[in-house]
Amino acid sequence: MDQIPAIARVFAYLSLLTIGGGMAAFPEMKVLVIDTHRWLTYPQLIHIYSVGQMSPGPNMMMVATIGERVAGIPGALVAAFAFFVPTGILTLCVGGLWKRLEQWPWRASIQKGLGPVAIGLAVAGLITFGRTAVTGWVTVAVALLVFAATMRTRLNPALLILGGALVGAVALR
Amino acid sequence: MSKTAATSPPSTVSPPVSIPAIFGVFLQIGATSFGGGVVAYLRSALVTKKKWLTDTEFLELMSLSNTLPGLNATNMAILAGQRLRGTTGATVAMIGMCLPALILMTAAGFAYGAEGSRPLVTAMLRGVAAAATGLIAATWYQIGKKTVKGFYEAFFILAAILGINYFKLSVPVVLLSVGALSIFAFRPRKPGDHRKEEHAWIRSLQ
Repeated sequence: MDQIPAIARVFAYLSLLTIGGGMAAFPEMKVLVIDTHRWLTYPQLIHIYSVGQMSPGPNMMMVATIGERVAGIPGALVAAFAFFVPTGILTLCVGGLWKRLEQWPWRASIQKGLGPVAIGLAVAGLITFGRTAVTGWVTVAVALLVFAATMRTRLNPALLILGGALVGAVALR
Repeated sequence: MSKTAATSPPSTVSPPVSIPAIFGVFLQIGATSFGGGVVAYLRSALVTKKKWLTDTEFLELMSLSNTLPGLNATNMAILAGQRLRGTTGATVAMIGMCLPALILMTAAGFAYGAEGSRPLVTAMLRGVAAAATGLIAATWYQIGKKTVKGFYEAFFILAAILGINYFKLSVPVVLLSVGALSIFAFRPRKPGDHRKEEHAWIRSLQ
């Protein structure tokens, strides 16, 4: 329970870094959740983050799973609230303002400029993530197969991830 | 509610969408959009089926959603809800979008605590993590291919990656420094045609 204020601080801070999606915040999440607060081991964080990719709705609701592990249901609620509400209020405020900035020339510059940075941060997060998630030939094969299937087919990604679970059950024990 | 009047376009002659209807649609998307790709679900529901937003309005909201911190799923719920029924609309859309995942992922915490250290479960989760790596890589490869049109896009993608993974800078440092340089590199040049360009760019990401 004494972790609740820390949960609120950590996830409110991480939410501000999610430009373009949750992966951008992953390297910072690793530092705070693993090294600073020791709430999880690194493999646990990788597991929970991956399971979150299957969830419907916002794929970063895995913050509630971390909150639950640290401080039960109150932890889950505080983590979700801290992660989604402050940025939500920011979006609400800017949403009203943005329409009025339609003719502001820098509006397009901000959008075009942040696009590549968002991609770079996501790829950087993915590299941090993949270094632990993909080790050994079985996991390399699973990652490559899912990559190819996503590029070439319209299969639901949740099914591909479940496929990964099956392969893991058979080949990674 | 005066905000709604200010932000909604004059095209909304039809009676305002009811708050329970907004909640219902977002709850349904929040409960069924397994495996990500929430934007596609939102577009199909809001533009195609319900006709609450035009395609252009949807793209406008997407472009803003991408620029702000926060996930597309929740930013789009807030922006679309706000467009339809102001702050109340945004609040119920956000709650509908998040509620199913919140329940599921909290339950996942319990399950992980009870079963997560069994060898079979650990083996499955290692497979899940490898699959998630492939999935996320494919998603960003596709977005990257559509975004890179010249030297600057490629340069700033690389700068952000090197900043985090090679120079071990923190995410906020890279975001503020590389972000500012990148916005400056794309600074306004020809006044007048930025709106068209912006739309073409957003459309190319769909």
